[in-house]
Order: sequence, then C-alpha cells, then structure tokens
Amino acid sequence: MSQFAINVLFVGASFALYIGIAIWAKAGSTKDFYVAGGGVHPITNGMAIGADWMSAASFISMAGLIASGGYANSTFLMGWTGGYVLLATLLAPYLRKFGKFTVPEFIGDRFYSRTARLVAVVCLIVASLTYVIGQMAGAGVAFSRFLEVDATMGLIIAAVVIFFYSVLGGMKGITYTQVAQYCVLITAYTIPAVFISLELTGNPLPPLGLFSEHTDSGMPLLAKLNEVITDLGFNEYTADVDNKLNMVLFTLTLMIGTAGLPHVIIRFFTVPKVADARWSAGWALVFIALLYLTAPAVASMARLNLVNTIYPDGPSAEAIQYEDRPNWVKEWEITGLIQYEDKNNDGRIQLYNPDSEAFASTAESRGWQGNELEVNQDILVLANPEIANLPGWVIGLIAAGGLAAALSTAAGLLLAISSAISHDLIKGSINPKITEKGELLAARISMSVAIIVATYLGANPPGFAAQVVALAFGIAAASLFPALMMGIFSKRMNNLGAITGMLAGLVFTLVYIFIYKGWFFIPGTNNLADIPENYMLGISPLSIGAIGAIINFAIAFSVSKVTAPPPKEIQDLVESVRYPKGAGIAVDH
Amino acid sequence: MADDKTNAAAYWAANVRLIAGCLIVWALVSYGFAILLRPLLSGIPVGGTDLGFWFAQQGSILTFIGIIFFYAWKMNRLDRKFGLEE
Repeated sequence: MSQFAINVLFVGASFALYIGIAIWAKAGSTKDFYVAGGGVHPITNGMAIGADWMSAASFISMAGLIASGGYANSTFLMGWTGGYVLLATLLAPYLRKFGKFTVPEFIGDRFYSRTARLVAVVCLIVASLTYVIGQMAGAGVAFSRFLEVDATMGLIIAAVVIFFYSVLGGMKGITYTQVAQYCVLITAYTIPAVFISLELTGNPLPPLGLFSEHTDSGMPLLAKLNEVITDLGFNEYTADVDNKLNMVLFTLTLMIGTAGLPHVIIRFFTVPKVADARWSAGWALVFIALLYLTAPAVASMARLNLVNTIYPDGPSAEAIQYEDRPNWVKEWEITGLIQYEDKNNDGRIQLYNPDSEAFASTAESRGWQGNELEVNQDILVLANPEIANLPGWVIGLIAAGGLAAALSTAAGLLLAISSAISHDLIKGSINPKITEKGELLAARISMSVAIIVATYLGANPPGFAAQVVALAFGIAAASLFPALMMGIFSKRMNNLGAITGMLAGLVFTLVYIFIYKGWFFIPGTNNLADIPENYMLGISPLSIGAIGAIINFAIAFSVSKVTAPPPKEIQDLVESVRYPKGAGIAVDH
Repeated sequence: MADDKTNAAAYWAANVRLIAGCLIVWALVSYGFAILLRPLLSGIPVGGTDLGFWFAQQGSILTFIGIIFFYAWKMNRLDRKFGLEE
C-alpha cells in the first residue's frame, strides 16, 4: 500500500469515529449544548480538557521550539502546564459552584454590570478567534502534506468535519469526540518517541531517555548533544539565559493566560460537583503531562538525529553530499519547509551557526560560506518518524494525530465563541425572552458563522500567524484572569474597579504588542523594531501580559477603594461561590 | 446562624492558607529552581546537566501534578470537616 493510501486510511478512519460519536451524542437542550448536561466524569473531562488544550502549537510546534532554543524555551513547558495549578486553586471550583454556562455571564453577574459582561465578551471573542485561526491554518498544512491536496481544500475538509460534530453535538458531542481525539494524538506522539529513545539510549521511556546515556558514545545524551552543536558554533543546549526577568515574565504570562482562556475554563462547568472540578484539573494535567514530558525528549533527540544525518562521521568530518540526502529531506523540500542552497558549490550540506563570531574563523578555514540548510522548526514532530526510518503506518498515525490536535482545539474555541454570542450577547442583551429552542438555534447559527470566518481567515491569514498566540495569551492574562480572580477572592471589588481594571490591562497589553509588532498587526506600522535592544527593561512583547495583569489588579483595587462597595446581594453571591454545598448542576436563570 | 457564619469563615481561611502554601511550592519549583536559582543548583548533576535544567523540563510539571492532587485531596477533607461537602 502506498504511503498516501495509508495516510488517507488513518485520517479517514479517525474522522469517521469522530462523526459517529457526534451523532451518538447529539445535543437536545441548551444545557447539553453548553455544558454537556453537567454530568461528565472528572477523568473523562480531564482527557477532553487535555485534547482541547493541546493544540497544533503543542503537538506540532512546541518540540521544534525546544529543539532550537534548548533550555531557554523550557518556558513553554512550564507555562502551559503551571496554569492548571492556578485553575485548580483559584478559579475552577468556584466558577463551577456559581453554576452558569459562560465566563462573561459570571463577570456580568458578579460585577452587576452589563458593560462588564460586554467587555468580557469582546476579550473572549478576540482571544478565541485569533487562536482558532492558527488551528485552522495548522490543519490546512497537515492536510496538504499528508493528503496531497492544496491547503485551501484541506481547510475546507477540516471545516466540514468540525461543523458536523460541534454544531450537532455542542459541548456533549465535543467532549466525547475530544476523548477519542486525545487517544489518537497521544498515541501518535509517543510511539515514534519510544522508538527513537530506544534507538539512541536503549531506554523505552523518552522522559528517562532524555537524562540517560547515549549508547553510541557512552556519554550522557545531553552532554553529547552539547558537544556536537557547539562544534558547529551553536550555543550549548543546556546553557543558562542572561535575561532572567524576561524568562520569568514570559512563563508567568503563559501560566496566567492558560488559566484565563475561556475555552478551558468552561470545561469545568461540565462536571457534576465542585470537588470534581478540582479532580478534573488534576487529571487534565496528568493527560497533558504525558505529551509535555515526551516533548523535551523528542526535541533533544531529533536535534541530535538531525546533526548526525548531516554529519554521519561527526561534525568535525565532512558533511553529506546533497545527492545522498535521505528521502525525508526530499519530501519536505517539496513543501518548502526545508530549503537547501549550495553557497560554496561543493555539493555538500553544511549546517552550522553563521551568526557565531567565535566560530567564523573555523567556518572560513573549512571553506564554508554560510549555513546551507534551512529547516522550519514546525516540521520536526511531523518528520520525526521519517527521520528515524519508522514504518509507514507510524507516519499515517502522526498525520491523524496532528489533525486531531488542531481540530479538537478549534472545536473547543468555536464553542466558547458561539456561547458568548448566543448566550451573552443575544439572550443576555438583545433578546432576553428568547426560548430555549430559539437560543439553541442561535448557538448553532453563530457557531456556523464562526467556522466560516475562521476558515476564511485560516486560508488568508492576515500575516501575523506567529504573533497570534502572544495576543491570545496576553489578552486572557491581562483582562479575564484578574477579573475572575478578584470576583472570587475580594468581596469588596465592585463594578467600576473591575471594568477599569480589565480595560487598563487590555489596552496596555495591546499597545505594547502593537508598538513592536505593528498596529493591528499591519506590517510596517510598528513604532520600534522588534529586537531585544528596544524592549522596555528587556521585556519582550510576548511577555507583557503578566505586566498587564499586574496593572489590571492595581487599577481595579485603587478604583474600587474610592467608589461604593458592591450591594449586599452581590457580597452574598461571593460568599455562596466560596462554599461547595448546594452547587447543584450548571443551571440557567 | 452565627455559628454557620464562623464555621464558613474558618473554612474559607483554611482554604486561603492552603492555596498560599500550594502557590509557594508552585513558584519555588518553576520561577525558583528552574529559572532564578538555577546557578545555585548547578553543582548537582542530573544526567549530563544540572538540577535546574531538570526542574525546567520535567521536575516542575511533575510537581504541578502533585500540587493539584494534594490540594483536591486536602479540600475534600476540609469540606467534610466543616460539613460543607455536597
């Protein structure tokens, strides 16, 4: 069977499974649609959160980022997991006790203000929509590589599949589909990693292999990796970073952003009890950790494998001839994600760090005139089985896994968007008398519209694909998280404090990002070049969300101090969310 | 009623204390051991590198899992002790 046929078989079978589950779990009521009837077991829910959380960024990009940045990019590992501690202790149990369907609904009720609810709706839609564009684009890439259709066609297939199970099933369909998607994506991620770890270290568990001995050289794997890459002028893989302030703030932004992203928070509304919300967060992190503990092993091993492929006799010997390059390099060259240019016309592939001044003389004495192989770091995970010469079915599995990661996150985000529109905007503001049937229809229509918008933007990304994540996390961190936390932990926090705090955090964060990335991401409109020398105190725009959150807290407390305290019934509401007794099921009012 | 109120206040105070403890550990392993204190731990070797690197790529994640399950377990006991469980 050809590789193409295997890929189609794996992807097709997984899609059939998702749609089958959606038909089985069709939503009959708004409660089914928004919170899956409020009866999902914590372990099931944890697995669904895992799939929801792990997007194309986690599955496809993260290992590549760690491979290129080494220790410095550990921020992603800590940032995207540490947020669950904040969720479990500061938000999830109390929001579950509050027992409503959406995040803006809590903010609107707690701060007794329709304005606060609308500000929250805007923050939610901007954060979720920018995030979903990245998922659609990721799904498009995976389709075009593995199914050999063009990216737009791939996107349309992805959109139709998502439409089926999320519009029909709502949260109920999405939850059970995501359980299946989690199984597909974690199998796809770990199987190649196990083979590679066995090959390099003899240890079948990749997280242990990372700190084991490299079989060929007898050195520790990481020491061997440091040795071969410094021989090519790169920094040591395990090298410490100089700008610790920025590293701390970036990690903090990712953690607070994780806890403030609405599509994750609403998952805690689906469990039966407050205690289950706490257990759900723990199980979610267990399932996420299976991938996040494997990723750094994949990163270092793939980097070592890449150098060994190019320099089969070690970095001090000659590189391979371009003619003799392995098959996977040829296949990825077609996509443009690997590019070779023979700068010194010797027919060989020199891969090294051309920016290192210390290495320049060595490179010159060896007759090298520049780095000749550009490898896009996003291909690392997808190409991993090919690099390690694994059988064709593993490649088919990776294709299905990458698509599962992108589609499950897209579905979760689309549900968050559609519930904000149908429940907070239409039922909450425009037409409060809408029937349940009417609201369910409105939810389905707004989700269909969101899918169409996301597909269009995924096919025509507005030129800011890489910045999208920064924006989504920055907004969630600077606006939603502080408002939610103060709503629970401060009885004195009032409507004016929360609204001015959210707006101050949001505006500050956006302006700082726009100064370096261009206003509304329009290229060429940035005031300062996006380089570390220009950053305020060395803080990159990606790390600014944490500062935005601090500003949010500070403004909110100052304003609420000088204005009237919230009315008695709101203070009683805060009291009631703090105690688990009488949580009941997620109810509408 | 007054008893209920004191009972509830004591429950909440115990919860806040527990959260503070959990977040101190959370910050210590990630911002502490993995980033700011890494140079101090560089003398402790772990598989070809140092303890700070291990915390950055594995230790902090494992600790986070431990913190959440510890918190959930401890809160279940508090819920029962104060008669507030569902």
